[in-house]
Amino acid sequence: MKKQNFNFSIIKGLLILVAILFSYSQPTFAQDNEGESTEEVEESSDSDSSSDLGDADRGKELFQANCAACHQRYKRSTGPALFGSLDRAPSRQWLYDWIHNSAELIKSGDSYANKIFEEYNQSPMTHFPQLSEDDIDDILAYTEQPKPEPTVADSSDGSSSSAQSGGGGVSNSVILGLLALMLLLLVIVLGLVNKTLSRFAEEKGIPIYKDDKPKQKPLWQMIVENQFIVIMFSVAIMLVGSYWAYFFLMQVGVDQGYEPVQPIHYSHKIHAGDNEIDCKYCHYSARQSETAGIPSLNTCMNCHMAISEVSEETATEEHSKEFYDGEIAKLYDAVGWDPETFQYTGETKPVKWVRIHNLPDLAYFNHAQHVEVGQIDCQQCHGTVEEMEVVRQEEKLTMGWCIECHRTTDVKMEGNKYYEKIHKQLSKKYGVEKLTEAQMGGLECGRCHY
Amino acid sequence: MSSNNKKYWSTIEELEGNEAINKVLQQREFAEEIPIEDFLSDKKTLDSSKTTRRDFLKFVGFSTAAASLAACEGPVIKSVPYVVQPENIVPGIANYYATTIADGFDFSHVLVKTREARPIRIDKNKMSGNKSGTNARVLASVLSLYDFQRLQQPKVDGSETSWSSLDEKIKDDLSKTSGEIVLLTQTFASPTTDKIIREFSEKYNARHVVYDTISEDATLNAFQAKYGRRALPSYNFANAKTIVSIGADIVGDWQGGGHNASYAASRNPENGDMSRHIQFEANMSLTGANADKRILTKPSEQKQVLVALYNNIVKGSTNSGDLSSQLEDAVVKAASQLKSAGKNAILVTGIQETEAQLLALAINEALGSKIIDTDNPRLTRQGNNEEVQQLVKDMNAGKIGALLIAGVNPAYSLPNAQEFIEGLEKVDCSVSFSMKEDETAEKCKYIATTPHFLESWGDVQFTDKDYSLIQPTIQTLFNTRQFQESLLAWTENDTKFYDFLKENWEENILGGSSWNTALHDGLFESSVAESSDENNDNEEEETESINVDSAAQKLLNAEKPKGFELTLYTSTAIGDGQQANNPWLQELPDPITRSTWDNFISMSKADADKLGVKNWNVSNGALNGSYVNLKAGDVSIEKVPVMIQPGQAPGTIGLALGYGRKAGMQEEMQTGINTYPLYKDFKNFQDVSLELTKGEHEFALVQLQNTMVGRNIIQEVSLEDFINKPQDDWNPVPVTDHDHENVSVRSDKVDLWTSFDDTLGHHFNMSIDLNACTGCGACVIACHAENNVPVVGKTEVRKFRDMHWLRIDRYYASEDTFEEEKQALKDLPAFKPYTSIETPSYENPEVAFQPVMCQHCNHAPCETVCPVAAITHGRQGQNQMVYNRCVGTRYCANNCPYKVRRFNWFEYKENDEFDYNMNNDLGRMVLNPDVTVRSRGVMEKCSLCIQMTQATILEAKKDGRAIEDGEFHTACSIACEPGAITFGDVNIEGSEISEKRKNKRMYRLLESLGTKPNVMYQTKVKNLKDA
Repeated sequence: MKKQNFNFSIIKGLLILVAILFSYSQPTFAQDNEGESTEEVEESSDSDSSSDLGDADRGKELFQANCAACHQRYKRSTGPALFGSLDRAPSRQWLYDWIHNSAELIKSGDSYANKIFEEYNQSPMTHFPQLSEDDIDDILAYTEQPKPEPTVADSSDGSSSSAQSGGGGVSNSVILGLLALMLLLLVIVLGLVNKTLSRFAEEKGIPIYKDDKPKQKPLWQMIVENQFIVIMFSVAIMLVGSYWAYFFLMQVGVDQGYEPVQPIHYSHKIHAGDNEIDCKYCHYSARQSETAGIPSLNTCMNCHMAISEVSEETATEEHSKEFYDGEIAKLYDAVGWDPETFQYTGETKPVKWVRIHNLPDLAYFNHAQHVEVGQIDCQQCHGTVEEMEVVRQEEKLTMGWCIECHRTTDVKMEGNKYYEKIHKQLSKKYGVEKLTEAQMGGLECGRCHY
Repeated sequence: MSSNNKKYWSTIEELEGNEAINKVLQQREFAEEIPIEDFLSDKKTLDSSKTTRRDFLKFVGFSTAAASLAACEGPVIKSVPYVVQPENIVPGIANYYATTIADGFDFSHVLVKTREARPIRIDKNKMSGNKSGTNARVLASVLSLYDFQRLQQPKVDGSETSWSSLDEKIKDDLSKTSGEIVLLTQTFASPTTDKIIREFSEKYNARHVVYDTISEDATLNAFQAKYGRRALPSYNFANAKTIVSIGADIVGDWQGGGHNASYAASRNPENGDMSRHIQFEANMSLTGANADKRILTKPSEQKQVLVALYNNIVKGSTNSGDLSSQLEDAVVKAASQLKSAGKNAILVTGIQETEAQLLALAINEALGSKIIDTDNPRLTRQGNNEEVQQLVKDMNAGKIGALLIAGVNPAYSLPNAQEFIEGLEKVDCSVSFSMKEDETAEKCKYIATTPHFLESWGDVQFTDKDYSLIQPTIQTLFNTRQFQESLLAWTENDTKFYDFLKENWEENILGGSSWNTALHDGLFESSVAESSDENNDNEEEETESINVDSAAQKLLNAEKPKGFELTLYTSTAIGDGQQANNPWLQELPDPITRSTWDNFISMSKADADKLGVKNWNVSNGALNGSYVNLKAGDVSIEKVPVMIQPGQAPGTIGLALGYGRKAGMQEEMQTGINTYPLYKDFKNFQDVSLELTKGEHEFALVQLQNTMVGRNIIQEVSLEDFINKPQDDWNPVPVTDHDHENVSVRSDKVDLWTSFDDTLGHHFNMSIDLNACTGCGACVIACHAENNVPVVGKTEVRKFRDMHWLRIDRYYASEDTFEEEKQALKDLPAFKPYTSIETPSYENPEVAFQPVMCQHCNHAPCETVCPVAAITHGRQGQNQMVYNRCVGTRYCANNCPYKVRRFNWFEYKENDEFDYNMNNDLGRMVLNPDVTVRSRGVMEKCSLCIQMTQATILEAKKDGRAIEDGEFHTACSIACEPGAITFGDVNIEGSEISEKRKNKRMYRLLESLGTKPNVMYQTKVKNLKDA
């Protein structure tokens, strides 16, 4: 009876624990939602304040569509920051003229126009004759919104941001600490109860059972002396042992799940996932060459010359905006780009990436063959990279894995004149219309090992 | 320096001066006793301890096992991409650049394959056609780029310096010197370099002396005397009907080389007509081995033969002086064949006498030969011996104030090198433009370190019409500067050499054509030949002033040598010795002797017997030989090894130049003996005396079997039989017995195996035309470069562990001809050993070459015996060697009838025992990234360059097109200039290779074994028409 009581208390303890856990996690979600909603409120209130210029929401759309490639609101990019341009420019009319045809304005000898042109390395601004003055007003309404003060945000929902930035880290450790404390208490309580009970028993003279059965051979000795069991047992151990040994050896050198930390935290999720950049935009040599190629840093700069910081929405629980901006700064450092002057310094520090997919030298793999000719999606071998914050090796990359695919996948031959003759010959030989790579001879050793 | 007050101390006690401890420490390693004894004698503690010794060992064992298992985890591999990627480089895709090698000895149009901006292979530039030729040295020069013995900085007085300080010092020296300033250079044949040298000479009032290490002075003089300008006649042997050569190594380096392809073209029997080639020579040269008729002629007799031919052809007299009757007969026949061939006849000679070359020119003129072209002569040799010798005299007389040496190494290669070195000491300002600290550079005050030609800009003018460009294919590896750039700097011209070059081309050469096209092609053919009006004027005068008859008389009157007549030659591998630090070339077997890493005297058997010189095989089969001491006038060389050479004219010996270099060379590469001291007056014929001396020399030969023992390994037929007799007579299909009937081995009936379907998809075959193969060895080097074949070194070659995937077997006939050898086998009495037909005829045997690589048998004996199935057969016909499966049983090598498999006895990469290019980072840059570098304990062999065929297939797949004939290549088929090696897909209808398979000359090696090889040979045809 008493024992059962103890069990109940354990279950109770667990229930309490679960309850505490929920009580801690629940408010975090709630605050998240709150934070988002307050931000929205702020934005809309901002747009109200500058409504004399135009419709800021429409201006935002226009800004994103036309201006964002070269301009940022609060920071210099290819062109100047647009916030405050209304004050800087000689007049609003000047702004209209500049946006419609900047070259003409420069040619006309306008001093401010020429000053700006010189200041930004004489890179001419695209003409936007299609933007009406109202459109421009709308854009101005958006760009003239003052930068939301970070301190304001902090004071308004400071608790939420600290909970956010801390992520699950703090709550997790708190839970774990509490758990440990509970367990400790439990042990102490149990000990105390036991002690009290035995004292009661002693005082009341209840005998405490002690083992005083006649001496029998211990169980282990009986087992040891039974030959049949011993043999069965050793056979079983050997079988299990070799089973484990086999699987242990088979995974030697297989780095499935390898997920090293890279010198620059490059998020495929942001680039390939959220922004839907085609894999082959950066890994272009996958279409031409054996290697997919790690993009050179100047490829990054095609976009990052203009994108020096991530938007607020990019930040996640795990990684803050400051973190991502720091990584972009690392890129600038490596490629030798001075974001202040908008110029290359010439001091480069090549990035030493950690290779994730390593085929042994004895195996020849050609990306072009699979990507360009075979039209296989990158994801088939690399997994859903567009969802990976940190890239890992998704597949085993063993020979068995290669062979498996060569055996089962039909080769895409339609429209490729190279295959015409061999397709005719082989489909006749095997009596099939679709040919696998294995039937094409793709299992021959020399196709990959030379 | 001497007052060094630093105090060194090894312990704190010593520093602080703790005397007691210091005293103890002087005697013992530790100040306190280590309580080992106490510990071991304390039985009680030991017994009570729970950790016994055994437990300890167990722990150690477990932790070691755990550590080693943990080590199974792969290492972290870093990848570093470009920061700014060059536009034209795609990682993994090769780029090709056309450029030109012009090192003063080899001049050739080449195409350089680069991967990720590293040159990894050199091919012939096919656009150049017949304008120049490649050879083994040209193809191997890519490895010389990655030579870690190269200088990395300019030097002053032996210590490294910067270019600015070097410039300052040299300019200062040049302006101050009271003596004459002289430029001593190789032949650049470069219009732009000449222009720069002219400008430099004008500024400093300098003299320009051109020095060719291997002189063609005699030819240049003769050509000048007859045609008014110093140049070499051009030859195109392709249409030749009769070729008579007197000591000229046409296939080799004679007159600057490059005649290999056109010579081989004349040997094509397919139209029922091929050239007749008669060779008068003393050494067994590569050309002599290819000749239809080879006549042993001593150097002194060669001059007489030439005069006799001159008398016969030009004078019409039959007076042939005091020639032996045999030679006289040969001369008469040669003369009549020359005359009957008329304009398709050519006579060439390698005798380095102006008179001899004059005679040759006169004979060709009399014949009306169209093979020789004197209107568009070659400019690739311009050296002037007289001026060089005058310079040495002036130096010793103290007249020279500054000497600038570029591209040559006179302190090593001059016959009077010692005199030159003494003279050099009297020159105040000596500057060497050199890649290495060679014999000359180490004695110069300044070394203006130059880049390799693959890192340089430049141009070459081959003839009046043919120009070519040199462009860099890699950023300079070291802090080097081109010769031209230095001269520009010292003439206060701040133009970059590239701009100077481009400007000069656009102004003077291109004539409005595109610079970019010329650079892309690597060559440019000018429509207007450089005006040579003044030369033409001279021509008339000069021609009249020379008297060929008196030249002939002078040749006849030449002093008869008293001792052995030595012929100096340049070997196929080492040439003039510039690239002696190149391990590929050191290990390239000499085509005739099949020897590596060496030079030696070649001597006839008769002379060897007379002198008591021996060659013998030691227990592992390797060849050893005696030494002789050699004396020529005041020069004596001790302990020269002797190899007994079949076909060496008695009374003559041969010896290769270019060996024995020491300075700026890796120790392993310091092979052979420097024979330049014998090259007196730049004459290749010398009079020497020999005497036997003690000791034995170890040769490293890759082939010991010298004859075919009457078998049909190399099939041969005379032109007459080839035309007139049915194929079965001279190229029968081997038969075997089946049901008491002779059945062709090609029939399925006699096959143990099911037949192999070779009609599906691609099926690769290779054809080797034994008529076109001259044995030049270029394919061996190309294979080295493409397939990462390791170099094993002399001692390993001696153990027959050479790794060449492709070898060129050389066979001597045991009688005079192979035909007679076969007859001798038939006539061999029963129970008599084969010895008589196993030894080559030492007099004048017929010679034949046969490139042998893996034959890729459809029924391969190696495949069936491999216990781990590491060799499999692909549908495309390749016998595929899988290194990672191989466990090294070597059963396959044992079962291969062609002996083409190579075993990695050692780790040849990153191993100090094999300190060649694979043992240093620089040398490894030449490795082909598409081919595995094999490790110890695995078999390897020719793969038919599967990486190249697969790449071709992939290109076609990417483009979505069918593959056409001529797209498939192997490294050797590209390298083979004479076109002996043809490679392709037999399932492409009408392809060259499928035609070759149907050719009636086609046979397969040891076909009777039923191995069904995918490599085939084309029967060798010899033109035996004797009159």
